[in-house]
Amino acid sequence: MDNLQKELDNKINNIEKSPSGVSIIWREIMRDKLALISLVFLLLVTTLVYGVSIFLDLDEIVKIDLFAIHEPPSSDFWLGTDYGGRDVFGQLIIGTRNSLTIGFLVTLMTGLIGVTFGLTAGFFGGHIDNIMMRVLDFFIILPFLMIVIVFVSIVPNYSIISFSLIMTAFLWMGIARLIRSKALQERELDYAQASKTLGTPRWKIMFGQVLPNVSSLIIVTMTLNLAANIGLESGLSFLGFGFPEETPSLGTLLSYARNPQTLENRWWIWMPAAILIFLLMLSVRNVGEALKRATDARQRRG
Amino acid sequence: MWKFIVRRLLIALPQILLLSVLVFLMAQMMPGDALSGLIDPNIDPAAIEAQRERLGLNDPWHIQYVDWITGVVTEGDLGRSFRYKMDVTEIIGQRLTNTFWLSLVTLIFTYLIAIPLGITSGRYNDTFRDQMITGYTYVGFATPLFIFALVALWILGFQFGWFPTGGSVSPGLTPGTFEYFLSRLHHLILPALSMALITTVNTVQYLRSEIIDTKQKDFIITARAKGASESRVYNRHILRNSLLPIAAFFGFEITGLIGGTIFVETIYSYPGMGQLFVESINLRDYSVVTAVVLLLGIASILGALLSDIILSLVDPRIRIK
Repeated sequence: MDNLQKELDNKINNIEKSPSGVSIIWREIMRDKLALISLVFLLLVTTLVYGVSIFLDLDEIVKIDLFAIHEPPSSDFWLGTDYGGRDVFGQLIIGTRNSLTIGFLVTLMTGLIGVTFGLTAGFFGGHIDNIMMRVLDFFIILPFLMIVIVFVSIVPNYSIISFSLIMTAFLWMGIARLIRSKALQERELDYAQASKTLGTPRWKIMFGQVLPNVSSLIIVTMTLNLAANIGLESGLSFLGFGFPEETPSLGTLLSYARNPQTLENRWWIWMPAAILIFLLMLSVRNVGEALKRATDARQRRG
Repeated sequence: MWKFIVRRLLIALPQILLLSVLVFLMAQMMPGDALSGLIDPNIDPAAIEAQRERLGLNDPWHIQYVDWITGVVTEGDLGRSFRYKMDVTEIIGQRLTNTFWLSLVTLIFTYLIAIPLGITSGRYNDTFRDQMITGYTYVGFATPLFIFALVALWILGFQFGWFPTGGSVSPGLTPGTFEYFLSRLHHLILPALSMALITTVNTVQYLRSEIIDTKQKDFIITARAKGASESRVYNRHILRNSLLPIAAFFGFEITGLIGGTIFVETIYSYPGMGQLFVESINLRDYSVVTAVVLLLGIASILGALLSDIILSLVDPRIRIK
């Protein structure tokens, strides 16, 4: 009897639960060494720049020191100084922090707008969808870079907030279109139809039931968008239409290379920022691709 | 067929109209107006006010908009640049030709790279060759165009000195001679190649997955069953189906090229529209800015229109809806 009980207990304890979302993602990342390395690298860089920048004095770094213009790398200035005698290494730390912050911010805001827009259009369908899609088509066709540059240069009281708002205003369309087409499929499924029949309010079906079902798609898209947004920010700052020079970012460091002298002879100013942008974008993409596989059972490796 | 084209045009026209309104409103938000570059500060303010009234600068914005758009459409009047003291259309003319050549060479490179790589990668998928090509697209996706262009300029332009580091032609050559042509081409290669190498990865990947998809379709199995040779299966059956969408994306490439030229022309100081745009913004020469945004915006609307029409020609399924 006792033995039987034990055996039963054993059996009950050994019944395999179907793996949860988090454990699937974890397993997928553990299987993909590249994604694992990327994740570790990202966590390391993030904690490092946010941690170290607490102890760095921003005013000290961006203070112009005319006695130390264009110093090559030394023990005082690990990556030399720029044309204003400012420490490049300090700018690199603060700059990475600023670039990451704006990347996260813009990704979150575009995600919020895009998901709401896409869910509404896809879920209501018909005329509402038609009109909303025409609006979206117009935004997509605009020459993004030019419009953003014009707005950046004419907005009064230009600040980091207005910069991220301008970027958001012209970047929400991709995710909106994706979510809309997914929502169009979801609303035909039994669970949404049943809920409708039972009289659940539409907004509750949209945000309470359809949204969780498209959440994996949202997470994957936003991760991939994060990589793109880091690149866009640095590109705009490179041209001089992103972060102002007093607030260093990876892009402003690269913009020093617009001076041919700096580009040719002082690679230590711009090359580290270039490599860092490349590595950041590559690792965010790696993690994103692993997430993408985790959400699609056919592609999983684990 | 014609029905689709007409319907598609009916979408494009309001888009152009809306774009012109947006551009006009942006121009209104920019500091200064048509007079600011011309006024002598010693002139009596009352006289300036009278002049403003005469030019219609005090009218409400929608009336000013109608005035402006009639001028643009009927006379091609895009205003005057206060920096160059020239009509904007004149300044843009030369720049547009330069950007046109840059874009053309870039497109040629893009397809020269994309088609062989995409075909190899799709035909021999999961072999060593495919892994090399996929690796390239993988890195290409993560590299911002401007960083690649900078590094290319640094290595090939400055360190090795194989290519000129700026301009569109060496000074002192007479237009029309063969040397002039060679020099233009020499100045074009590096900007065009660095833009093409990054933008082409999309097409390579698209072509690859398109070919892998088509490979498994029934009509390919039928073709093989009928005894068609391997090269015939690929060159006639698969390629025909996979290359057409690529040809149709040609129009969409225009939008991408506009963004790309801003970076590439700035980095290589190539005197085209992108560089003119950045310069004019920095110098607050807003009539030029407005004209450039309007023209390139219309170009990208027309590009999308072109793509949709080509796509509907080659793929009848799109026409049905």
